[in-house]
Amino acid sequence: MSEAALGRLYEDGEIVVRQGEVGDCLYVIQDGTVEFLTEEDGTEVILRTAGANEVFGEMAIFERQTRSATVRARGPARILTVDKKNFMRRINEDPSLAFNLVVTMSHRVRELSHEVVQLEAELRSLRAGAGSAHADG
Amino acid sequence: MATAHTPTAESQSSAGDAALVDGSRVAVIGGGPAGALFAHFLLQMAERVDLEIGVDIYEPRLFAKPGPVGCNMCGGIISESLVQNLALDGVRLPKDVVQRGIDSYVLHMDVGSVRIATPNEEMRIGAVHRGGGPRDVTEANWESFDQHLIEMATDSGAKIIPARVDAVTRDDGRLVLQVRDGEPQTYDLVVVATGVNTSILKTFEGLGIGYERPQVTKTLIREYFLGQDVINETLGTSMHVFLLNIPRLEFAALIPKGDYVTMCLLGDEIDNALGDAFAAAPEVRAVMPADWDPEVKSCQCLPHINVRGVEKPYAERLLFIGDSGVTRLYKDGIGAAYRTAKAAARVAIFEGVSEDAFREHYLPVCRSITSDNRVGRYAFLLTQLAQRLRFVRRIILYVAAAEQATPRRRPRMSSILWDMFSGSAPYSDIFMRMFHPVLIVRAALAFPATLLSRTPRSTPGAHAAISTKENR
Ligand SMILES: Cc1cc2nc3c(=O)[nH]c(=O)nc-3n(C[C@H](O)[C@H](O)[C@H](O)COP(=O)(O)OP(=O)(O)OC[C@H]3O[C@@H](n4cnc5c(N)ncnc54)[C@H](O)[C@@H]3O)c2cc1C
Repeated sequence: MSEAALGRLYEDGEIVVRQGEVGDCLYVIQDGTVEFLTEEDGTEVILRTAGANEVFGEMAIFERQTRSATVRARGPARILTVDKKNFMRRINEDPSLAFNLVVTMSHRVRELSHEVVQLEAELRSLRAGAGSAHADG
Repeated sequence: MATAHTPTAESQSSAGDAALVDGSRVAVIGGGPAGALFAHFLLQMAERVDLEIGVDIYEPRLFAKPGPVGCNMCGGIISESLVQNLALDGVRLPKDVVQRGIDSYVLHMDVGSVRIATPNEEMRIGAVHRGGGPRDVTEANWESFDQHLIEMATDSGAKIIPARVDAVTRDDGRLVLQVRDGEPQTYDLVVVATGVNTSILKTFEGLGIGYERPQVTKTLIREYFLGQDVINETLGTSMHVFLLNIPRLEFAALIPKGDYVTMCLLGDEIDNALGDAFAAAPEVRAVMPADWDPEVKSCQCLPHINVRGVEKPYAERLLFIGDSGVTRLYKDGIGAAYRTAKAAARVAIFEGVSEDAFREHYLPVCRSITSDNRVGRYAFLLTQLAQRLRFVRRIILYVAAAEQATPRRRPRMSSILWDMFSGSAPYSDIFMRMFHPVLIVRAALAFPATLLSRTPRSTPGAHAAISTKENR
């Protein structure tokens, strides 16, 4: 049973946003979880997940570009659309509306930086491993 | 004047640069949507800039209690744009607050009905109870909207003082509030969010600050218990609006909640008789269950609605937000309360609390609402025209249905109807679209067809779906 009454209900596995589409709205998750994925050479890569109250889809609106990833419901999820027109009109009158978005985005940048550091460390140890294996051999 | 010594912060008292500083005290008179949202946003913004202030909300109502003691009488529609803005602001409206998600409007006229739906069957509008519910509720199985917001404000750090403010006076530039049996309290900023259904607004006219009360008109609200299952089968997830040629009636709506239906009427010298006349109309009987008895109501009230906002909703260290200041004409009053509340919070934190700061930064937001209302008046004149003239109603019905029959056609009429009823776009925007050449051509072409009284059939489920049915 969903804890929210607003937005649209997506079934498990249903696509909310497709990578490459033109975006004219952003989304706020009311209830449930979604996953972000991209396709690389025919294989699916899950980038991250998001849950209740999280906003997504803002990148395509700010950068006027196509959707950077596919978003899919993981389990049933209720999602509210925010129209670009309403959003832009409001943000013009009330720039503080962007504050939550900035918090979300800076949170993501922090997560990504953390991941980059981790990946670099892994890469280094892999290289070191490969190097020592080579020396041994 | 003798006031109890309350520690107000040392802030500059010279006019023009008054500002909130650490330790400042803010009073909010009224904890309806305007007051609660203001307190929440003010404290949230203060925290962001590391400012420590105290906020007291004076509110005598208990929003969790059934009946008039807990209710700020209204239709309880949370507009499409407000739903979206609150979501972006991180204000969640859970299921026990939103009693029903609304995905469509049905316009009922003597010539037929038109259904206008949101794309993708999305619940874009919320129907809420403002209080603990109609008189006959013993224990509400929901949380009222006003209760939800006031809890959010207390979570943000606001303190609720469960009392009615009886008097407001000035003392050395600051404002002093008086409640019965209480010590006078001095504040650095007082925000009036009392709505229009209160006598206290007269006090402010006596302060010599150029404040004149908003103009109001009486409305009628009734609540009917139908039960969830019956509502699902009858009114469903649509708000039903009526354009009927009943004398004195301007606008009427039936709004489905969980177990209840709210009837809202606007018009001239609204009274019970007008309510009865509306309830007896065949268009109304057609959407309500067959055994519905309009006499058996759970609650009824005749609240005022603000139809002309105040010219000067501010003075030194004093602001009027929500209905007690400026609101949108007839529609989305809570959305306007949100806009003015948030603007007030922003200005108080970032621009100061002087009269100059308010004039420069708060007034423009109020003005934009007021000037849009001016256009709104003309838009409503046109709907009144439709109400009086049968052929105009036929054209509306015909064009909307024809748009539907051709899904690739831009739904111009339906989007106008949607925005007019849902209150989700500025009136100026809607008004411009009313005179779009394409729409005028469509209407002109429809005219002969309406004389033959044929209405194109529509397909359900498409973008901005319109279904029409001829009422006998
Ligand atoms: C018939 C009708 C239908 C409506 N339908 C809708 C709708 O569907 N959707 C919508 O968005 N808007 C609707 N509105 C408009 C909406 O009700 C108002 O715009 C909204 O309530 C304004 O909020 P507010 O906080 O300014 O005032 P209010 O909601 O009136 O709240 C004011 C608060 O101040 C308190 N108060 C008053 N005096 C004092 C005092 N002296 N001391 C302390 N506290 C005090 C009151 O107890 C109350 O809690 C409708 C209005 C009417 C009349």
